[in-house]
Amino acid sequence: MRRSMLFLPGNAPKMIINGNFLGSDAVIFDLEDAVAPAEKDAARILVRNVMRDLEFDRCEIIVRINSTDTPFWQLDLNEILPQKPDIIMLPKTGCAHDVEVVDDYITAMEEKLGFAHNTVRLMPLIETALGVENAYSIASARPRVTALFLGAEDLTADLRCKRTKEGREIEYARHRMVMAARAAGVDVYDTPFTDVNDDEGILTDAALAKSFGFTGKASISPRHINAINQVFSPTKEEINYAYEVMDAIALAKEQGKGAIALHGKMIDAPIVARAQQTIAAAEALGIHKEDLV
Amino acid sequence: MADIIKAASAGTAEKSDLIVEVEPCEQGVEIELESVVKNQFGAAIEASVRDVLEQCGVKNARVKIADRGALDCVVRARVETAILRGKE
Repeated sequence: MRRSMLFLPGNAPKMIINGNFLGSDAVIFDLEDAVAPAEKDAARILVRNVMRDLEFDRCEIIVRINSTDTPFWQLDLNEILPQKPDIIMLPKTGCAHDVEVVDDYITAMEEKLGFAHNTVRLMPLIETALGVENAYSIASARPRVTALFLGAEDLTADLRCKRTKEGREIEYARHRMVMAARAAGVDVYDTPFTDVNDDEGILTDAALAKSFGFTGKASISPRHINAINQVFSPTKEEINYAYEVMDAIALAKEQGKGAIALHGKMIDAPIVARAQQTIAAAEALGIHKEDLV
Repeated sequence: MADIIKAASAGTAEKSDLIVEVEPCEQGVEIELESVVKNQFGAAIEASVRDVLEQCGVKNARVKIADRGALDCVVRARVETAILRGKE
């Protein structure tokens, strides 16, 4: 289960060598904005070696490559793909064509490397007005796409508005991204909360994102990871209720009833679907029915 | 697979990193190593440097290392980067 994704600068050994132990469900080795143009070569070699030689068994590895309008993205993939990252994050994805170009390149490399097709997944980072408007076609461009990710810093610059903690300026983009991703059947991740010292703010912002339908949230600081994991995990009450729903449904079937009520409320298909999602999330976190009291 | 043709460097003075400087050398490989863990790992670091030089086809080079406790994979990455920059 991927709730949290932690950005780590790709040219900072002291950060990336500890990536496995920072508590996030995924780490993002960043070869893009966190790396100066003159250091792109150094970062991609360093990330390649770290992936090759160190063990990352507690988190997924995502690598943010450079965008397709730079001369770096193919060089990034040439070094990184042989190490079999879980996901390649593609910044500044503006349209389906951006996904297609990168997907074709990864497909050719997977064939050369002897990897099964779509071993390495793709997460388009949407951070322009054009990208937001094209979110559904981006999400559904190729089966390799596993999730969308909203980047609000670049987006608000593109929108020519101020980025605020409350985030009213990105409300439309958030809703649009969730709608597009869910319609395409992929996950969707919220932008980082950038005030690393605001422990209350991250909880509020993550809870807002969860209420909109996001799968999880990215962070630029290890300090925010616990809050994100907490918000995007089902609560004990939610899990208990989900099992009650499934028990009630099983009982209804046994008794040959078409409909059944639980705590005075009719159980219908969407409630069952949500209960199934909650149980699947709990089990992915290692929480089973017998663990609950 | 050419030798180093110009002086180049890679890495930083941050903890867990190192600075590698390479420059052309007329004959053979000369390594100068400064490290906080030299007593314990000096020989291993030097072996890694020689290994990367060989993999990159470099037979003649002067290499100066200022290590701040970098892991082997970091040492190898910085040496490779410096070599590539020195060959450009």
